[in-house]
Amino acid sequence: MLGGINIVNILTDAIAMGTVFLFGCVGETLTEKAGNLNLGIPGIMCCGALGGGLGVWICSAGATDAAASPGWVFVTVSVLLAMVFAAAAGLIYAFLTVTLNTNQNIAGLALTTFGVGVLRFFSKKINNDIVFHGASRYFKNLFGYSGSGAFGRIFLSHGILVYLGIIIAVCASFFLRKTRTGLALRAVGENPATADAVGINVSAFKYAFVLIGSAVAGLGGLYYVMDKSNGTTFSEAAIDTFGWMAVALVIATMWKPVLSIFGSILFGGLYVLSAYLPLSFNQLKLFGMVPYLITVLVLIVIRLLNRRDNQPPASLGLSYFREDR
Amino acid sequence: MEKKIALELRGISKHFGMIRANRDISLSLYEGEILALLGENGSGKTTLMNMISGIYYPDAGDIFVHGERAVISSPREAFGYGIGMIHQHFKLVDTFTAAENIILGTAEKYDMRRVNARVGEIAARYGFEIDPKKRVHEMSVSEKQTVEIIKIIFRGADILILDEPTAVLTPQEIEKLFAILRNMKADGKSIIIITHKLNEVMEISDRVSILRKGAYIGTVNTAETDEKQLTEMMVGQKIDLEINRVQIEKKSPLLEIRDLSIRADDGSLAIDGVSFYIRGGELLGVAGITGCGQKELCEAIAGLRPIESGAIIHKGESIVGLPPREIIEKGVSMSFIPEDRLGMGLAPSFSITDNMMLKTYSEGSTPFVDRRSARSRAEALIKRLDIVTPSTETPVRRLSGGNVQKVLVGREIESGPNVIVTAYPVRGLDINSSYLIYDILNEQKKRGVGILFVGEDLDVMLALCDKIMVLCHGRVMGIVHASKVTKDELGLMMTGAVDLTREQKDKHFGIASDSALSPDEWADVGRRPGADRGEADSD
Repeated sequence: MLGGINIVNILTDAIAMGTVFLFGCVGETLTEKAGNLNLGIPGIMCCGALGGGLGVWICSAGATDAAASPGWVFVTVSVLLAMVFAAAAGLIYAFLTVTLNTNQNIAGLALTTFGVGVLRFFSKKINNDIVFHGASRYFKNLFGYSGSGAFGRIFLSHGILVYLGIIIAVCASFFLRKTRTGLALRAVGENPATADAVGINVSAFKYAFVLIGSAVAGLGGLYYVMDKSNGTTFSEAAIDTFGWMAVALVIATMWKPVLSIFGSILFGGLYVLSAYLPLSFNQLKLFGMVPYLITVLVLIVIRLLNRRDNQPPASLGLSYFREDR
Repeated sequence: MEKKIALELRGISKHFGMIRANRDISLSLYEGEILALLGENGSGKTTLMNMISGIYYPDAGDIFVHGERAVISSPREAFGYGIGMIHQHFKLVDTFTAAENIILGTAEKYDMRRVNARVGEIAARYGFEIDPKKRVHEMSVSEKQTVEIIKIIFRGADILILDEPTAVLTPQEIEKLFAILRNMKADGKSIIIITHKLNEVMEISDRVSILRKGAYIGTVNTAETDEKQLTEMMVGQKIDLEINRVQIEKKSPLLEIRDLSIRADDGSLAIDGVSFYIRGGELLGVAGITGCGQKELCEAIAGLRPIESGAIIHKGESIVGLPPREIIEKGVSMSFIPEDRLGMGLAPSFSITDNMMLKTYSEGSTPFVDRRSARSRAEALIKRLDIVTPSTETPVRRLSGGNVQKVLVGREIESGPNVIVTAYPVRGLDINSSYLIYDILNEQKKRGVGILFVGEDLDVMLALCDKIMVLCHGRVMGIVHASKVTKDELGLMMTGAVDLTREQKDKHFGIASDSALSPDEWADVGRRPGADRGEADSD
């Protein structure tokens, strides 16, 4: 059986698939480091996809051949709009959880329902009347690689957003470990009362990193529509699923953005592997559980190891009110 | 040279809902002095200090720093005025190193080598001992406090506020802290220290300001006052500083512990071959430095922690391996006041009524909760222990620390136990509340209840307990009659310098001559460490 499986194809596909998770995961990690568990990630990714789609539509000015603007305009405008839309969705969550101190789980789940619903409302229109296919090429194959070498296909054949995702993950990791603001952010997530007492503006940090995290996660939606699905028919249900995978990946990578690069490739690989294996429908469904199984195993292992640096931020999910005791 | 005023408060008031925490308070702090702020629980000391450090904002009144009117609406602004507060509950990030905690929120470059050097400089100047690379969760309480103080000094604070800094320290650590405070004072820093312990006030402060029920009572020079006057100013009436030791006739042993060994969370032996017994109507004190196994011992007796080996016999029956509920039903009550006071035994967001029900919810005959009787019990408790609360339905976490403790201890006693295990029941309590707790314990003693009292204040233990067992690193250093021992002797035993069990080998420590079990039966339980329930019941 193995002879029929092309490792290079699988790896290439794994990276392509994993990038959807990578954006969601890095975004959610940044948010969770501020102590906010944002379960609205699937909805936020849907909003990102919607914003990105709007960007493409604006640039192509209704034309179907997508020749109305140069490629970089398409990419820039849709990336910015995807981030703005996703951040706007994040703003709802931030307002609910930071300003109004509502339960983070409930606010997040509501946002997911909302975001997925909004995209569902527009997706029929988008899928029927607006053709992204032409613009999709601007998002794909950044280096114009057309060879057949294994290295080139695995590492050089991807679209611009794949490389952007990796750059963001590395930057996020550097930011968290090496900068003063990163230290302050981690303090907010670990112990907001402490951060407050040393003069860190806890609410500002929470707002900022819910919005930044959402904006990053929103790119996952854009990437899925314009690159992974080639700008053709896509479904909000798929983004919903990927959003949850991204949330699971945060745990599996122990809140470390650099690890999430590899984690996303692993999750992506597991996701695409089923297409390469001769599995029955039922087996296929069972196989889809593997990423979640890995997440559970990671949770068990980090709990057993009980290393303090691998644990979730200590005040994750808790709201902070200064005058509360 | 005339003294300059570092900090002045004029007419400060603060309300929380219906509670007036501070009303019209005016006081001043001179440069280079240590001012003690004295007051009972709920007298508004912490609230007042929180307003100076920017945690709360006053409803009315003005704050002047070095003569200039200051508006302090956040901790950052407080630092801007050179004011830093060391809170009772340390504000440190557990997963960070000391150095990371120290630079958190400052404009300092994230360059650890430079930070470590500066921390070392401060440490050398005032006499701190600190390892900047150590993570906070690996530190002792005293080390954490050191980090807190350095953190404040690092930010250039010249007005330091310490909220009950000695509550969790050993006598030796307190001495060290006071030496550091004196160094800082000599360096021109102004210090406000909140404490309940009058002897510490007398020892460290230059002046004392007293608050009572949210109002300012007055300020006196420490050199011109004594403990009695301070107490009177604090509570508003003369009170007797004597603790009574109720003498009652000895009864048979209620709780017998033999060769008990217990492991701590990290796998080391927290309690190592300990034997003792408590008779009915006897108050046995447990003295020892924090972390020498007191917590594990209490938890094991209450059935919350498995034991390694040995026997726990209650009225002649082994209670090893029984679930906590059955141990409670047998009349063994445990109340442990942890350092954060809210951690064990009470649900912070529950009301007093709900917390009363936590221990009795399973007693009802119907599946519905019986709120009415719980409420009347809560009301009785509030009345009897003089608990300050707006109502029986106020969440416990809204009460002040002392009142929370009264609820916890009161509930344990209310269930009518025959053995009370209580750890630090007066931790952080003011004099009035403490004496109320001592009275409650003495009352229980008269009823024939056996009490295991894990305490901190040796003076109190010497006055209150019948016997005192001293632990050092989980081993018994001796069990002595409180009336025949001195504080110094206890101190030596606590540090392990004196070991009576080694000096008096012929004496059987902690074994009652009239044990509830015969030697044969003891041999039997001894052979079956952690004997399972079925067998224990048939004994």
